[in-house]
Amino acid sequence: MLELQNICFSAPSDEGRRLILDNVSLQIDEGFTAITGPNGSGKSTLARIIMGMVTPDSGRILFNGEDITDMGITERAQRGIAFAFQQPVRFKGLTVRDLISLAAGRNMSVSETCESLSEVGLCARDYVDREVDTTLSGGELKRIEIAMTIARGAALTLFDEPEAGIDLWSFSSLIKVFERMRERCGGKLIVISHQERILDIADRIIVIADGKVSRDGSAQALLPELLSGAVACEKLQ
Amino acid sequence: MLNEIQKQILKEVADLHGVPAGAYNIRANGESAGRNTTANIDIVTKEDGSGIDINIRPGTKNESVHIPVVLSESGLCEVVYNDFYVGEDSDVVIVAGCGIHNTGSEDSRHDGVHTFHIGKNARIKYVEKHYGEGDGMGKRILNPVTEIYLEEGAYAEMEMVQIKGVDSTVRTTKAVLAAGATLLVHERLMTHGEQTAVSDYVTELNGDGASTDIVSRSVARDRSVQHFNSRIVGNAACSGHTACDAIIMDEAKVIAVPALDANNVNAALIHEAAIGKIAGEQLIKLMTLGLTEQEAEEKIVAGFLK
Repeated sequence: MLELQNICFSAPSDEGRRLILDNVSLQIDEGFTAITGPNGSGKSTLARIIMGMVTPDSGRILFNGEDITDMGITERAQRGIAFAFQQPVRFKGLTVRDLISLAAGRNMSVSETCESLSEVGLCARDYVDREVDTTLSGGELKRIEIAMTIARGAALTLFDEPEAGIDLWSFSSLIKVFERMRERCGGKLIVISHQERILDIADRIIVIADGKVSRDGSAQALLPELLSGAVACEKLQ
Repeated sequence: MLNEIQKQILKEVADLHGVPAGAYNIRANGESAGRNTTANIDIVTKEDGSGIDINIRPGTKNESVHIPVVLSESGLCEVVYNDFYVGEDSDVVIVAGCGIHNTGSEDSRHDGVHTFHIGKNARIKYVEKHYGEGDGMGKRILNPVTEIYLEEGAYAEMEMVQIKGVDSTVRTTKAVLAAGATLLVHERLMTHGEQTAVSDYVTELNGDGASTDIVSRSVARDRSVQHFNSRIVGNAACSGHTACDAIIMDEAKVIAVPALDANNVNAALIHEAAIGKIAGEQLIKLMTLGLTEQEAEEKIVAGFLK
């Protein structure tokens, strides 16, 4: 489904350039893949590279066998890649319904919009015509962002720390959303997360540390090790 | 009778697909193209022919007045005075608006001077749309002057919209509010090409409990220039807020000058102004939904001006 070949990415720093991703190669076909690792390890950058928001210094990206390395964000989105932002964007004037319709690629009726919103625990009646502006809290915005990905129903959805900023809404609801997305459209998910409960339901866990894949395996095999702190210890050694 | 072009313009400025219900006065190329009065709303041509008086009887409820203006003849310049006398305790909708279709080489100009006398506890909703089209070299110019006098407890909600095609505009609005009166203004403006638009608002809050909210949302594209000047004068225990929120694109310029005069210790006045380009992250977000950069830009602008 998704293949990353020798991805390298560096960013300007005080000492010239700092290597963020160092020759990362991955083949991802699982339904639910979690990417984890220490802060600053390059996880979010990797997700942004897959979406086309960041251009790698070198390496190739293949999606369903097609080389998408040189494609822009729009073309990748049209091929079925979606992205849920860690910090969702606000829009003055655009309503929740406008954004969910744009995500779905068609005009959504009130009842269809309601369906997406109730899946993320929002009462549709209160939100459907609200502007997605500063009157919404960070938590509300995050749920709307997730409702948009549900409406989009993409072949591959990237979530950048979906648990960040979610208030009063249990992880179990978020996890149910992931499960429903998989069941309903067979869409594959790549979730960047530090949350044990999210890692726990993944088919596969990839640990990125210092810009490299340091661990890669099933949740059953890796989770106990991660929870015991072995990965962090290794980094300190 | 209106021709097809005039009908099209009428649709743009007043959402009218034909003759409106209720009272109306349609002005086309400097002449009356239709008028209707009702038992409660009378429309009378001024004796000197400079415009019309619209008289709304006290207690008139749930009625509307449409007074659209259409200019489809190049080179026509006119100044029209329309005076509204809104009786006490009435509640009406007034739809004005002017559209210019200019395919000629001479400038077409309509300066509408509207004066509202809004009686005690009366309520109006006023909608004014300005629109220009036509590919001639002649400019399409609209200089509306609006004066609003609100008596005690009166309420006016005004929506001023100019989205397209007007080359030059100077909008002058003056409002005077008595005790307990309220004025809400929502201005939506988009300029493009070499257009210029000036909005000058002066709102005087003269009675205790008077309140106002003057808000402009605008988009300036290409090399267009916008000036937004809004002054609130608080002469009593009143509250006022004015805001300009603008998206600037290309090589456009926006100058926002909100001003507050607090002449009473109990006047609570606030102003805000924010001007900036479309945030890159907004474009990226919509592009991740499959829109091109241009489509994303259009959606953001359309939403902002909605």
